[in-house]
Amino acid sequence: MNAQPQALDPAQETVGTPFIDDPKISTRHVDVWYGDKQAIFDASLDVGNNEVVALIGPSGCGKSTWLRCLNRMNDTIDICRVEGELKLDGEDIYDRAMDPVLLRARVGMVFQKPNPFPKSIYDNVAYGPRLHGLARNRADMDEIVETSLRRAGLWDEVKDRLDAPGTGLSGGQQQRLCIARTIAVGPEVILMDEPASALDPIATAIIEELIDELRENYSIVIVTHSMQQAARVSQRTAYFHMGRIIEVGDTKQIFTNPRHQLTENYITGKFG
Amino acid sequence: MNETHLTGHISKRFDTELEDLRSQVLAMGGRVEEQVANGLRSLIESDAALAEQVAGNDHRINAMEVAIDEKCVDILARRQPAASDLRLVVAIIKTITDLERIGDQAEKLGRFELELIAEGSTSSQYAQLEHLGERVIRMLRKALDAFARLDDEAALKTIKRDNKINAEYEALTRQLITLMMEDPRSIKNALRVSWCARALERIGDHASNICEYVIFLVRGKDVRHIDYGTLKKQLRE
Ligand SMILES: Nc1ncnc2c1ncn2[C@@H]1O[C@H](COP(=O)(O)OP(=O)(O)OP(=O)(O)O)[C@@H](O)[C@H]1O
Ligand SMILES: [Mg+2]
Repeated sequence: MNAQPQALDPAQETVGTPFIDDPKISTRHVDVWYGDKQAIFDASLDVGNNEVVALIGPSGCGKSTWLRCLNRMNDTIDICRVEGELKLDGEDIYDRAMDPVLLRARVGMVFQKPNPFPKSIYDNVAYGPRLHGLARNRADMDEIVETSLRRAGLWDEVKDRLDAPGTGLSGGQQQRLCIARTIAVGPEVILMDEPASALDPIATAIIEELIDELRENYSIVIVTHSMQQAARVSQRTAYFHMGRIIEVGDTKQIFTNPRHQLTENYITGKFG
Repeated sequence: MNETHLTGHISKRFDTELEDLRSQVLAMGGRVEEQVANGLRSLIESDAALAEQVAGNDHRINAMEVAIDEKCVDILARRQPAASDLRLVVAIIKTITDLERIGDQAEKLGRFELELIAEGSTSSQYAQLEHLGERVIRMLRKALDAFARLDDEAALKTIKRDNKINAEYEALTRQLITLMMEDPRSIKNALRVSWCARALERIGDHASNICEYVIFLVRGKDVRHIDYGTLKKQLRE
């Protein structure tokens, strides 16, 4: 063998293809601290239009932290400090002029545990559009709610009980409700942090099918601990390790022939 | 590029499964190599008993192929291997198909020899057949070694050996044609010898395929249907 296995060098650049032409989101040299503890080191990665990017890596490696930078969810954590360049369509995400509430409508987020509001199914979906004044009248709102629920693949299951509480749905339905709530405000990017980790294989398959459909209109970044899920739903995969982005590549390449030893060890379930 | 290790999984049982799989393939390879060597020897020494044994032993190789195939399917279903683990399983599934075909060719050697003996033949072409056969066996052994050691460099070198085998096969075929034209009574036997040579030449092709799978396994590159020069250049990059 003439190839050299690559060790983890702190100054080492990400292996593979973190950058793309015409990115929807671009991040360069991002560092994140919680107090004086650094959680992300010099992370640079682009997300394209109509693309699903999967973030994988061991627990605590910084996937959620990096994801939360993209819509400034980290602002809500007092001790959290973000540095570096983060852009959405070329606009600085951390610019003073950027309204975080509007930003979060453009860059929506779906969490690991479905977290519907303690309101009716209808109001869960209508909440965002109401907040942002997206509907002029009840008929407008009805349409937004129906379209969002249809796109989330939930409409047929709930159309006869829109007034029932969202919390009364099954876990998989609640997760789709949260996705409907996210897309109701017309986002451009959807961030998903382990969206299917609490779901059975069928509910998972439904969510994954949905992700594939959503890709036609949105950019999606998904954190997942399921290697098979990352392989199934994403076009590109980024491997995080101890706060660094070690390798980024086409998903097929990452799962058949990763270039970095750490990526290989992680996805084959070997000791790092 | 990473180094290819079969072991080191957090799941020790998975390590064991892959190790077992690999040794089963090596055992099958050993058995196939033995069949080819015996087939060749039966030809050269006009040994009917050995030819009989070679022709009768092929089912064992088939059974080994089936068993390994089953294990691969089991690993795919239960472990959903990725990266080098995935390439290993895919390379094995392909390798055993070629090994099984090599087994078929060895069986043919045995059967042709039985027919030659029945015809009372003593062909003057056996010496060349011996030379070609030994070349093929060496290549097969090197291919199996490259697989055992996951050695892509050795695999690359071994692929090159196929050229010499092809050249020798063609030379032998030309000789046989001359012989048949000079002495039409020799046609029947010369044809059988030619078939034996053909079987040996095919074994070289299968050994070459196995080397390509080794390169795929180690490098993650599909190198089939690429000429040797290009292949070498690509791998040295
Ligand atoms: N609110 C917080 N306050 C302090 N430290 C935090 C906070 N959130 C995360 N961290 C730390 O930052 C590092 C990265 O955490 P993060 O949640 O981003 O990891 P992760 O890759 O998403 O892990 P998991 O797969 O377990 O969700 C960890 O060391 C974690 O302890
Ligand atoms: Mg997380």
